[in-house]
Amino acid sequence: MAGGKEIKTKIASVQNTQKITAAMEMVAASKMRKAQDQMFATRPYADRIAKVVSHVASSNTEYQHPFLIERELKRAGIVAVATDRGLCGGLNTNMFKKALNHIGELDEKGIEIEVVTFGNKAQGFFKRIGAKIVATATHLGDTPEIAQVIGPVQTLLKAYMAGEIDAIYLIGNEFVNTMTQAPKMVRLVPVEPAPDENYAHHWDYIYEPGSKEVLDQVLERYIESLVYQAIVENVACEMAARMIAMKNATENAGAMIDELNLIYNRERQAGITQEISEIVGGAAAV
Amino acid sequence: MATIQVDIVSAEEQIFSGEAHMVYAPAVMGEIGVAPRHTPLISPLKPGEVRLDMGDGKEEFFFISGGIIEVQPHLVTVLSDTAIRAHDLDEAAALEAQKRAEDALADQQSDLDVAKAKAELAAAAAQVAAIKKLKKK
Repeated sequence: MAGGKEIKTKIASVQNTQKITAAMEMVAASKMRKAQDQMFATRPYADRIAKVVSHVASSNTEYQHPFLIERELKRAGIVAVATDRGLCGGLNTNMFKKALNHIGELDEKGIEIEVVTFGNKAQGFFKRIGAKIVATATHLGDTPEIAQVIGPVQTLLKAYMAGEIDAIYLIGNEFVNTMTQAPKMVRLVPVEPAPDENYAHHWDYIYEPGSKEVLDQVLERYIESLVYQAIVENVACEMAARMIAMKNATENAGAMIDELNLIYNRERQAGITQEISEIVGGAAAV
Repeated sequence: MATIQVDIVSAEEQIFSGEAHMVYAPAVMGEIGVAPRHTPLISPLKPGEVRLDMGDGKEEFFFISGGIIEVQPHLVTVLSDTAIRAHDLDEAAALEAQKRAEDALADQQSDLDVAKAKAELAAAAAQVAAIKKLKKK
């Protein structure tokens, strides 16, 4: 059995850890609120541009944009969104599992993949499994900016336009609620527009200067906004997951401290009992 | 006087939402003025100023660094860019992202090995399960 002093030191060390995890929990909780606000702030843009795209896609323009045309799938691009830092429970692992399942399916069909990663953890994971990473962005911070999204996404869009890849998928985490985050995957390109309820009117825009220039820009912005949204949502997921993980860690530390205290007291009691019995034994001998 | 609903949004936040008598925006082909019941129109915007005539001589100004304007008879949406965009700038950003990937992958050895990665993930999941079991004891 460990001596009383060692147990005391151990208790102090666990208490220190508990202080840290408790602080991290509170920090994550406040950051999560901010991240959620940012998530909601991105909605209006995404909703509006989605409406424009769905209308543009269902109207008959003289110009068919490549982003709207299905091609035979030979090579695929994947945009993977994960966190920069760890200590957020199984958030990244779950997402990687989902990504791997999908990659495995593509692999069986002989479809090669190219990956664009957001976040340190995604870069590390896809590097480790030996995937071809064509572009990456890390250190996005707690309030990501759209400027950080443009470069990596452009890389894949250019590859798509050049015919090097035939589809682009986006994998990230969905913020269901504070307790639940689920990995989700969507296809970015070819664009699958939502049905347009106004389509019955058969109206079309005046395109200025021309439908090609306008469509190029609209679809590009649309895809960027989807990726940006996923990144912002992932920050909210990260904070929520960290909050829960740290809450559990704090509770576990508390349980451990109780247990160690019990051992310490038992040890102390045993020492006293032993001393008394030694004194009594000694007195009897005299 | 008739008014038209105006929404100015950027990818990062909603900037303005309300009614205006007239909207002036810097479209790529030249400044356009949009009155209520304008025919549907969609056009990219240059960096510049979106001006809203609020009636009674009141005006609101918003600076945008480019974007898209979508006009429907009773609704104008300005999808504003927050970042400064130009073809060569985008290209530079793309190249930078690619370079980061190359730097990060400098010491990557093997080819894609899905089976191995799956095994590793399964091992990690088993670890988590084992820890959970231990905790319950």
